[in-house]
Amino acid sequence: MIVEIGHFALILALAVALIQATMPLWGAHIRDERLMAVGPPAALAQLLLVAIAFLALMYAYVWSDFSVENVYLNSHSAKPLIYRISGLWGNHEGSMLLWILTLSLFGAAVAVFGGKLPETLRANVLGVHGAIAVTFILFIVLTSNPFKRLVPAPVEGLGLNPILQDPALAFHPPFLYAGYVGFSIAFAFAIAALIEGRIDAAWARWVRPWTLAAWMMLTLGISMGSWWAYYELGWGGWWFWDPVENASFMPWLAGTALLHSAVVMEKREALKVWTILLAILTFSLSLMGTFLVRSGVLTSVHAFAVDPARGVFILGILVIFIGGALALFALRVGELRQGGLFAPISREGSLVLNNLLLTTACATVFIGTLYPLALEAFTGDKISVGAPFFDATFGPLMLPLLVALPFGPYLAWKRGDLTAATQRLWAAAAVTLLAIIVAYAVAYPGPWLAPLGIALGVWVMAGALSECASRIKLGQVPLAESWRRLTGLPRAGFGMSVAHFGVGMMVVGIIATSAYQSERILVMKPGDQVEIAGYTLTFKGAAPQRGPNYREEVGLFEVERGGRVVTNLTPSKRMYDAPPQPTSEAGIHVSWRGDLYVVLGDQQTDSSGGYAVRLYFNPLVRFIWTGAVVMFLGGLLSLSDRRLRVGAPRRARRVRAAAVPAE
Amino acid sequence: MTRKQRRAILILACVGLLGLASILVLFALRDSIVFFHTPSEVAEKGIEAGQRFRLGGLVAEGSVRRGEGAAVEFAVTDTVKTISVVYRGVLPDLFREGQGVVTEGRLDPSGKFHADTVLAKHDENYMPPEVAGALKDKGVWQHMGKQQPATN
Repeated sequence: MIVEIGHFALILALAVALIQATMPLWGAHIRDERLMAVGPPAALAQLLLVAIAFLALMYAYVWSDFSVENVYLNSHSAKPLIYRISGLWGNHEGSMLLWILTLSLFGAAVAVFGGKLPETLRANVLGVHGAIAVTFILFIVLTSNPFKRLVPAPVEGLGLNPILQDPALAFHPPFLYAGYVGFSIAFAFAIAALIEGRIDAAWARWVRPWTLAAWMMLTLGISMGSWWAYYELGWGGWWFWDPVENASFMPWLAGTALLHSAVVMEKREALKVWTILLAILTFSLSLMGTFLVRSGVLTSVHAFAVDPARGVFILGILVIFIGGALALFALRVGELRQGGLFAPISREGSLVLNNLLLTTACATVFIGTLYPLALEAFTGDKISVGAPFFDATFGPLMLPLLVALPFGPYLAWKRGDLTAATQRLWAAAAVTLLAIIVAYAVAYPGPWLAPLGIALGVWVMAGALSECASRIKLGQVPLAESWRRLTGLPRAGFGMSVAHFGVGMMVVGIIATSAYQSERILVMKPGDQVEIAGYTLTFKGAAPQRGPNYREEVGLFEVERGGRVVTNLTPSKRMYDAPPQPTSEAGIHVSWRGDLYVVLGDQQTDSSGGYAVRLYFNPLVRFIWTGAVVMFLGGLLSLSDRRLRVGAPRRARRVRAAAVPAE
Repeated sequence: MTRKQRRAILILACVGLLGLASILVLFALRDSIVFFHTPSEVAEKGIEAGQRFRLGGLVAEGSVRRGEGAAVEFAVTDTVKTISVVYRGVLPDLFREGQGVVTEGRLDPSGKFHADTVLAKHDENYMPPEVAGALKDKGVWQHMGKQQPATN
């Protein structure tokens, strides 16, 4: 019964979304206030109905109602509660429902917090957002109904792919979707601006926090996925340039560019056309990511959909939204007035450089991801484009971006002084030089380029710190005054520094891990010892154990460093009950120097009792994910800025009101 | 500087950057893409020793032999031709005889394939798309999808 209520609620949500997609848009067109006023309650009703549908499906999962086909195929009553819940989005139908729920949440947020938006803008935004909801709910209802019943009901489910039964992966999809779908707000605002043929700083002041929120979620979602791949897949790597990873990385790159161009738009009313185009592209890439991952075009653990009807449907949605948006853009872009002028060397100029490099990098990832698909479609040749391609294209484009990054905040708006900026970065430059020397000394002998890469990360980190220090005038004024500036100045500026610091950390982690990873593969018998990166590991043997829904073979390794026992590592090989599938659980020892990573392989077939063992030492690998978290925190700090919370909407309205008669 | 000059600078920067990116992409595509072949294609196309490519097919039944230390030998087949593969390392969890596999490496002059990567990914029903396609072409594909629930 509850499941049927969910199904009906979803169909009702479709009807409500249809109303939301038509009446406010029409109302904005003929300037009818009553029609425009339909938007917010429709968005809230849509959220309510979708939430009912979502909770109904969750109910079926939590109480293991195997009469629902989706639950039967993807759940098992012996699974721990958290994985019964996360099983909901561990499959195609459920994950699409989560997609819709996130979309409705964002739509409702605009309805609730958008009270101070100009009426027509809000109506248009909610209308466009409603149209997105219509297509996706239609997609679920027509091709991917999660509420389908089975008669007779099976007694037990088939279970969830065991490598998905993991805490990081339970939360990876919700964050990723919040990021993908969050960009729909920027998209809806861009389309609304094109419909009205008008865009101003207030528009950017609205779009920026939403873009920032989406970007933060996406940052966290991607890094969770990377972290999971690192410890679960047992390869000791954290990023594989897998097409599925790229599908989420492209919107991130475009979204990062959008974040920066929206700043120019907000502060200087420049780059209007470009910002609109970026908003469209970012969401288009999110849609494309959904298509690539869900359509079965790429076969992977993410490709749930094998039904070609689904792929065609999503492709249709893609064509309508991307094609429609770009057509509208081409039609209306001439009407947008150009904004403020700026010299090439200026804050605006530096942000343009940032945008150029990020979008070009995004384009190379795009080519690397889609070229194999295109080639196979046209010539039938099957190729794989892997890490070497991306190292050779993406890497060189990131280099100038990172070198230039610390200069940006020191350049003034309109016209900047590069010499003055360089002078103010002397401390950061000194730290970087020191980092080069230290890195060469510590890593000698080793790859000669890597220390420079690490120094580049240090340069970005030091630049962010120095920017912070000069913002609070550290050392130039009494400490109390610095403290007052630290707590009193707008938080958005500090947020930027923190996020940039995170970028630097990530670069250090990436370079250190890639260049100095040590790896050993060998066969070990109980009592055998092996040395890696200053650690001595003793294999004590392996024994079978029983977990809640798996059997496992657990190896015991004693880890010593400098004659002292540091820890015991217990990597294992698991065999899950349902579905019966093996996984490896790596044993990882975390220290500030890096991770010691041990994987237990197969037992040798001869009588020696030896096991194949793979060992890695990944120096500073934690910097990668810590850097991502720091970037997230920087975004959070920026979002908490008072200007974004209270002042902006009111001031925005006044600006608009003043702008109207001038046109 | 006039607006025109500024625009010219911007356009030059864009063109320069796109040019640079195109060059990088073209060189990278020439040097770092890896072709995928089945054992039959290796024979047909006469792939030379030393050339890097991906070899895919099924792990031949009864062919897995563990050698010295972590060395493993097995044969990859598309049921028409078979190539024996040498690999040093820990095989992926889902590596099994009779299952689909993709390996990456080079042929030696004697016709043995030295792999440095073995992929057998993620889930027991997973079939690398290239392998599935190639096997379909050879007419030996059996559907290995999820079992459908009985609905009588």
